[in-house]
Amino acid sequence: MFGPTKRQWCIAAALCVLMGLAALPARAALDPALVQGLGGDFNARVAAIDALGVAGGDEATALLDALEGGRLGTVDGRLVVIAPDGLRDAASGEALAADAGAATRITVNNRLRRAIGTARAALALSSAQPAQRLAAADTLRENASPALLPVLARALAAESDAAVREVLLYATAKLELSSPDPALRLKAAQALGASSDAAVKNLLAALLEKRGEGAAATWVEPDAEVRAAAAASMRAIDRRIGLAQTAGTLFSGLSLGSILLLAALGLAITYGVMGVINMAHGELLMVGAYATFVVQGVFRSHFPAYLDLYVLAAIPAAFLAAALVGIVMERLVLRHLYGRPLESLLATWGLSLVLIQAARVLFGPQNLELANPSWMSGGVELAGGVVLPYNRIVILGFAAFVLVLIWLMMQKTRLGMFVRAVTQNRPMAGCVGVPTARVDTLAFAIGSGVAGLGGLALSQIANVGPAMGTGYIVDAFMVVVLGGVGQLAGAVWAALGLGIVAKFLEGWAGAVVAKILVLVFIIAFIQKRPQGIFALKGRFADS
Amino acid sequence: MRTPFTLRLFQSMPRGGWIALAIFAVVAWIGVPVAHLALPESHPLHVSAYTVSLLGKILCYMVVAVAMDLIWGYAGILSLGHGLFFALGGYAFGMYLMRQIGRDGSYGADIPDFMVFLDWKELPWYWAGSDSLLWALFLVVALPGLVAFVFGWFAFRSRIKGVYFSIITQALTYAAMLLFFRNETGFGGNNGFTDFKRILGYDITSPGMRVTLFALSAALLIACLVLGRYLVTSRFGRVLAAIRDAESRVMFIGYNPLHYKLFMWTLSAMLCGLAGALYVPQVGIINPSEMSPANSIEIAVWVAVGGRGTLVGAVLGAGIVNLAKSVFTVYLPEYWPFVLGFLFIVVTLYLPDGVVGLWRKLRARRAAAALDDASAAAGAGRAAAIGGTPAEAPVTERQAARSATDTPIAKGANA
Repeated sequence: MFGPTKRQWCIAAALCVLMGLAALPARAALDPALVQGLGGDFNARVAAIDALGVAGGDEATALLDALEGGRLGTVDGRLVVIAPDGLRDAASGEALAADAGAATRITVNNRLRRAIGTARAALALSSAQPAQRLAAADTLRENASPALLPVLARALAAESDAAVREVLLYATAKLELSSPDPALRLKAAQALGASSDAAVKNLLAALLEKRGEGAAATWVEPDAEVRAAAAASMRAIDRRIGLAQTAGTLFSGLSLGSILLLAALGLAITYGVMGVINMAHGELLMVGAYATFVVQGVFRSHFPAYLDLYVLAAIPAAFLAAALVGIVMERLVLRHLYGRPLESLLATWGLSLVLIQAARVLFGPQNLELANPSWMSGGVELAGGVVLPYNRIVILGFAAFVLVLIWLMMQKTRLGMFVRAVTQNRPMAGCVGVPTARVDTLAFAIGSGVAGLGGLALSQIANVGPAMGTGYIVDAFMVVVLGGVGQLAGAVWAALGLGIVAKFLEGWAGAVVAKILVLVFIIAFIQKRPQGIFALKGRFADS
Repeated sequence: MRTPFTLRLFQSMPRGGWIALAIFAVVAWIGVPVAHLALPESHPLHVSAYTVSLLGKILCYMVVAVAMDLIWGYAGILSLGHGLFFALGGYAFGMYLMRQIGRDGSYGADIPDFMVFLDWKELPWYWAGSDSLLWALFLVVALPGLVAFVFGWFAFRSRIKGVYFSIITQALTYAAMLLFFRNETGFGGNNGFTDFKRILGYDITSPGMRVTLFALSAALLIACLVLGRYLVTSRFGRVLAAIRDAESRVMFIGYNPLHYKLFMWTLSAMLCGLAGALYVPQVGIINPSEMSPANSIEIAVWVAVGGRGTLVGAVLGAGIVNLAKSVFTVYLPEYWPFVLGFLFIVVTLYLPDGVVGLWRKLRARRAAAALDDASAAAGAGRAAAIGGTPAEAPVTERQAARSATDTPIAKGANA
């Protein structure tokens, strides 16, 4: 099976010639014997193309270009390049007297084209651009032939980029695994254990399979030692991928938690202070996201050079827009419904309907196009194809930043003290001179503004549309309930905990079942601790 | 001596109410069928198929509104998940309707089309018995009842109330919607059930069946109103109202609010299930969007518009809002969400007792004005006789008349 094929012998022969050539400091022309293969039969052509890839150099590139462009032909068995001004010898480059029409063009089919691609990749391995080298290495990983092993070894010795090295190592090992030498195979099987790629695992798994039926079955890999090494390497890869996936799930849980936290922080404040569930809270997220969109539009038309910074400029814009909407809502509607929480629920739902439809009328019903700034695109790649996107990492940090700001506001400022006082006991706070009505308005504005910031964060990772906020109100409320009303620490723990639990359940049971399980869990939890994880200390009679 | 039940039932509604019900029954059971079936289409009094279906649909909504009012208006529990019970009833009956299609589906198979599409070979276990109308009717009542009972038992036992309860019911219906959206759940996923052919072998699209369903919906509404009226005027209803207004005090007196709330909650869910079962054949489709939180909260606004804590208010509210919705979605679909949204806001801000409350207030104001005139005349006479100040007496009397307009029923429903 793995014995050298005719084609490989051809290449080996071509290589021998090339080794001699490579010793020369400068090559005036390509070896005629090698070039002549292009004019030969099909296998010879493929072998010649491979050899060109190994040889490298400008002439090889030019020849490949000519071949791919259909500008290569034969005249009396002699390989020629068909140039606009006449024919030239492909090997020596000397001009020929024959007419261009006399040449038979070499047709290029798909297999030749693939061979050309591989050869080009081998050439590109010596490119100065790491990205080009990586692309080349990726191509070789898929369809390299054993002939290219020396090229790979050469490239590996010179390579400094870790990502390219990894791919090159993989390509080398893949080729070595099919080598006839058991020692080489063993080395490759062991080396592949350092990988964390699922494709590598499949490669190794193929060795451990049996061919044929029943007793007549033979191992694909005849050597037991190599099989053992392959199995050990597979275990190592599995462990690494499992670890990376757990880390990935944990991260997406944290990311969901950070979004929930941004959505719930504002709700925690408004619900804590006024006992009002603002059903339009999700629409305040939407307002924040739309404000971000508007800021992006302004940057696009007026400061295209600074487009990457629009997200930063959108922070105050999203906060102010949502806070403004919040103040209007509070002044016009909620103010008149104090002490009637159920009616407030309905009225704020009405507000949310109006806001959604307003967004639909003003901006159209379709989702908006919001681009991540370049510094937020891409991500950190963990093993096994698990990627931690930069935008989610940034949002995690942003949520922490907002949390710290809110905490400082609540603990260190006079307004924060008033808010806490009104949350704990409204009539008593009023009695000692806290202007409760003003505190309500300000607290509502801040809560709404934080929701706007949540919308800004959401706009970087999710679709932005008129109804984007509707899904978040229940989740955000669950966070508030779970954490305990008016408790920032509770909201943090509840948001991150819910996010992580939800993501792990999702991996285990699917998104819908996970959602249902979380809801059931919360209902059960409230049975046990109606005050949430962090109950306010002291005695509170319910009215 | 204990008053016989029939008499108590009869006494629970004033005579005007019975007369109104009788008129409604005559219109629904005789007027509409005759106008639809007997009169030719060219006749000005002919009721079109569209109108019968629309009215039948609204009747079902009215039943839901009454069920909602029983639990919100009289027990002070705002459910934002009643759409779930409505849809469960609809799905339970929809299963029967799907089985009635038989082999007339587009795949000609014994099982419903969507199961063929999923490559299922036989019905899942929970579809067992769904070809029997009696079992379907049992499920229509029992399924929402059971879900409501279990959920209510846990919720009321730990005294979850107010906005907590409302949001959790919303979460419940949201979760159920997600569940029913899944194809694997076995209820047609996204598309739900549709393309019904017949009930009990009769063509579902025939005018006779249409009128029968309409008349059944009307009968259900009447039964709901009579039962609801009886319940809220009974001792049970008064305890329930007391729980609504001051739960702790009722507990201190020695009642267990759990039983009262749980009974009303479960009954309300069952009524919703029945309404859903009648709704599905008239509309011809049931899908998970019926369970969306928006649908459930809309039920609350019907009741709020009509007047919470009055059964007739719930019926009126459901009628007004849904007729308006039908008109708007035909002529100005863009503006309906605005109208609905402002309806939520305006009703809660300015009409806490809904249309019925407004009407009562206007009537009371007129009565007070009449009283003013009368007492002004009397006071003037008295002043002339005694020589005292005529201003005081009328003011206090007017205040008395005003305060009488604040009906105790709707007073503390927001506790």
